[in-house]
Amino acid sequence: MDYELLEHEADIGIRGYGNTIEEAFENGAKAMFSIMIDLETVESEKNGEIKCEAPDIEALFVEWLNELLTKKDIEEMSFSRFKVKIYKDDIYKLEGTASGEKFDQKKHKAKLEVKGATYSGLKIGKKDEKIFIQCIVDV
Amino acid sequence: MDLLNLKRITDYEWELPKQEDMIVPGMIYGNTKIIDHLKEDVRLGKDWNALKQIANVACMPGIQKCSIALSDVHPGYGFPIGGVGAFDTEEGVITMGGIGFDINCSVTTLKTSLKEEDIRKNAKSLLNSLFKIVPAGLGSTGKVRLNFHQIDEVLTGGAEWAVENGYGEEKDLEFIEENGKVKEADPENVSEKAKQRQFKQIGTLGSGNHYVEVQYVAEIYDQEAAEIYGLKEKDVVVSFHCGSRALGHQIGTDYLKKLAEVTKKYGIKIKDRELVCAPINSEEGQKYFSAVCCGINCAFANHEVLTHLIRKGFKEVFPDGELPKFYSIGHNTCKKEYHKINGKKKLLYVHRKGSTRAFGPGREEIPKKYRKIGQPVLVGGTMGTCSFILCGTEKGMDTTFGSAIHGAGRAMSRKRAKRQYRGDKLLKELENKGIYVRGHSMAGIAEEAPGAYKDIVNVVECMDKSGIAKKVVMLKPIINVKG
Repeated sequence: MDYELLEHEADIGIRGYGNTIEEAFENGAKAMFSIMIDLETVESEKNGEIKCEAPDIEALFVEWLNELLTKKDIEEMSFSRFKVKIYKDDIYKLEGTASGEKFDQKKHKAKLEVKGATYSGLKIGKKDEKIFIQCIVDV
Repeated sequence: MDLLNLKRITDYEWELPKQEDMIVPGMIYGNTKIIDHLKEDVRLGKDWNALKQIANVACMPGIQKCSIALSDVHPGYGFPIGGVGAFDTEEGVITMGGIGFDINCSVTTLKTSLKEEDIRKNAKSLLNSLFKIVPAGLGSTGKVRLNFHQIDEVLTGGAEWAVENGYGEEKDLEFIEENGKVKEADPENVSEKAKQRQFKQIGTLGSGNHYVEVQYVAEIYDQEAAEIYGLKEKDVVVSFHCGSRALGHQIGTDYLKKLAEVTKKYGIKIKDRELVCAPINSEEGQKYFSAVCCGINCAFANHEVLTHLIRKGFKEVFPDGELPKFYSIGHNTCKKEYHKINGKKKLLYVHRKGSTRAFGPGREEIPKKYRKIGQPVLVGGTMGTCSFILCGTEKGMDTTFGSAIHGAGRAMSRKRAKRQYRGDKLLKELENKGIYVRGHSMAGIAEEAPGAYKDIVNVVECMDKSGIAKKVVMLKPIINVKG
């Protein structure tokens, strides 16, 4: 399992799994976009670059997700594939790529809009030998 | 912390006693059905539960009287949904968790001169006309295009901007909360990203629980209030629910990050990371408040453009149809308001997360026409059940800072709803009941299944019986366009 959506009455919890924390970040992004669109229908025609930073790794995850939402809206894109590199200086830094194509409401079977990623339910953990990272997103 | 030991004040008022770091007690307005549901989440050890969130809010600096949850309460992020928290102007804080991403998400109700049977005869063509004219669903864009200069005018002008630019009418403004504009909005406090995200989103509905619904007055509970509100049996109204769109979302995102630093800087202890906040009287706190005001105005403008579109869509089917504004109120706000604390008038910052203003009779914020009876409270139900119009009361002013519920409140996660319901089957069932629904996503329709929500009749009954807001009329749906 790459990612999972978690039960929450009002909103939705998202969780990305990976062998590394980077992979968990990538799959967390997939989880979030799977709420909005059918990932299978999106072709990788264009890349978007994301750079962000945060004082801790959990907050970096929220930053990453929110940067993706901003990019999706401003550039009117659907993203379905993600690549992440994380560095640590005095703070955590992320350089990531999101691939996808111009948003198409019909083709991508548009579903529910994610308004923002929150610090609620935010945590890193381990399950079945895999690292996971999760948070609640507002829909 | 003992979250299960609630003190029953009356059948509809329960206290969560002050304990550990709580500065004030919690107050929940609901009957045993609502309370049992909340306790069940605690017993099941759920990661996020509303009682814990009520207690967490009660620990925030400067909170006044009590941390409040209304009968539509359910877990949110940081604050509970259906939550109210009022803060002192000197010692208090302003928190992202108490406002959220969809700033000033609002319900507007428009009146018509039509009766139920007029709509029934033309239901499908009206449904299609509204579906076509209102941009909705994920990623939809409106016909209005803005640039950086124009968006600043939206953020300061609110609904007035819309009217000046040919959307909506001058006489609408009186019937919008705050007359459609809050004055503390300074676009300097909103990022370029937030503004850019909104360039194409003015006049769009969004997705999820956002909708346009044509309804009729099915029952009148309070004849005098209904008369003052100008509502008669079988009268048709149009209600819609949406917020500040991407601009509000980005303000939320930007300040979530900023307030995280500010919380640390001032050494404020918070119980949930999402409750990041700033002292209200700090520069950072005032900047966030001003940004929230920009979001509030953006939602007002958005509602006015949608009002214009809905009127246009109606005219295609009913060329003589007039749709005067009945009222418009928001949830997910922070407002500067005067309230009585220990008999003294005091200025407070009132957060309402998934709850609305419900001012009692006489308050000058209420349009003159309605002032005698109290502010209309528009409660959006589900597409298959009913909605309500309530009125604010004196008791509400004394207990909930003049606040009431915003809807039924979810009872089931979206994931579970999708397992349990099918969009296409639901549409057929509703059509058999005389309710015509069209949405942009079948999965979205399943997630919004009436069964996924709390029983709105009970939720409203709790408001009425506790005296927080009184029932005036019940509205039943005929047509629903889902975002």
